[in-house]
Amino acid sequence: MFTLEQIKDRLAAAFPGASVEIIPNASPSHQPSLLLPAGQALQLARFLRDQPDLRFDYASNVTGVDWPEKTVKEKVKVKKIIDGVEKEAEELAERKTAAYLEAVYHLYSMALGHGPLVIRLRTANRTDRLTVPSLTPVWRSCELQEREIFDLFGIRFQGHPDLRRLLMWDNFEGYPMRKDYVPAS
Amino acid sequence: MPQLNPQPQIKPAHEGVILTTVEDLYNWGRKNSLWPLQFGLACCAIEMIAASMARFDIARFGAEVFRPSPRQADLMIVSGTVTKKMAPQVVRLFNQMPEPKYVIAMGACAICGGPFRDGYNVLRGIDLYIPVDIYIPGCPPRPEALLEGLMKLQQKIAAQRLTGPDRPPHLNPGASGEFPVPQYGPHDLVGPQLAKPAKN
Repeated sequence: MFTLEQIKDRLAAAFPGASVEIIPNASPSHQPSLLLPAGQALQLARFLRDQPDLRFDYASNVTGVDWPEKTVKEKVKVKKIIDGVEKEAEELAERKTAAYLEAVYHLYSMALGHGPLVIRLRTANRTDRLTVPSLTPVWRSCELQEREIFDLFGIRFQGHPDLRRLLMWDNFEGYPMRKDYVPAS
Repeated sequence: MPQLNPQPQIKPAHEGVILTTVEDLYNWGRKNSLWPLQFGLACCAIEMIAASMARFDIARFGAEVFRPSPRQADLMIVSGTVTKKMAPQVVRLFNQMPEPKYVIAMGACAICGGPFRDGYNVLRGIDLYIPVDIYIPGCPPRPEALLEGLMKLQQKIAAQRLTGPDRPPHLNPGASGEFPVPQYGPHDLVGPQLAKPAKN
């Protein structure tokens, strides 16, 4: 069993240009995850599946997360001139977080008995640049779950063999699991 | 010439003869052979299946012959959550059932949407599209509750008049057993409804 840092280092060694990032998780479940760059996600996923000591051969679960834009208030240290003397003071500053959608994959190794490894793919925004590569060519079990994410969150999975709506009807408009979705009546 | 015996030769009660009305006989036959349509929508269907098994034994009421075809069914048990995607198929199946036909709405979801009422894909009660005879509350109702609902439906059938304004639709040439099938719209089902859903 490898730690997340070790897996990240393996990926960084095998793919020098890829920016793999560890997303911490401070909640009690403590499941930090790896954010894969969308451009090379397919090769990275194949590497995770095919390396003889990693062998993540089973994607047990794929889900989506909606991260809308949010205003967070932070204390920022600024230098101010108070009574002619420059002093450091704390000030509340507002900052807007980036808005994007995520697909989250939970991987296990049936052959070696380890896991889960949580990997994430992130879209550029949540309006018009919604494409991430499909991992169905790597793990066949992702097919219906990626369709469900497409149906409910609106992420376009490039390379998916059959990207249609799954739970809603075909001419339905909108993505019901997004945080800003308002159901009809 | 023999004299006519003023007493009847056959004593009905002693010779196994009963006198009844056509209406009672007809309704007695109908109420004791209600064949449900074999389909289930959610967890209520599990209770419905339990009711059909040996412990609860819905066969005691003549309703054990679950028919896989709507053409042979008398009773539609809407057992579970009706999603908006499924609702047109449920209405279409009901339209394909021959008269006389009855509907039991089993469980909170089939009655009004239940805990999923405010969801994006749950119908707020099947009675928006087809007429419901018996409502069985519960989440899910126990098999005993389904049997109670079935008995209530039998009482309702036994009390139906075959003539007059309240006669069942199959004896009324002016009545239609067809209900409009809702269509998929861009956000919701579109098409005429039997009632407006209650506002929260």
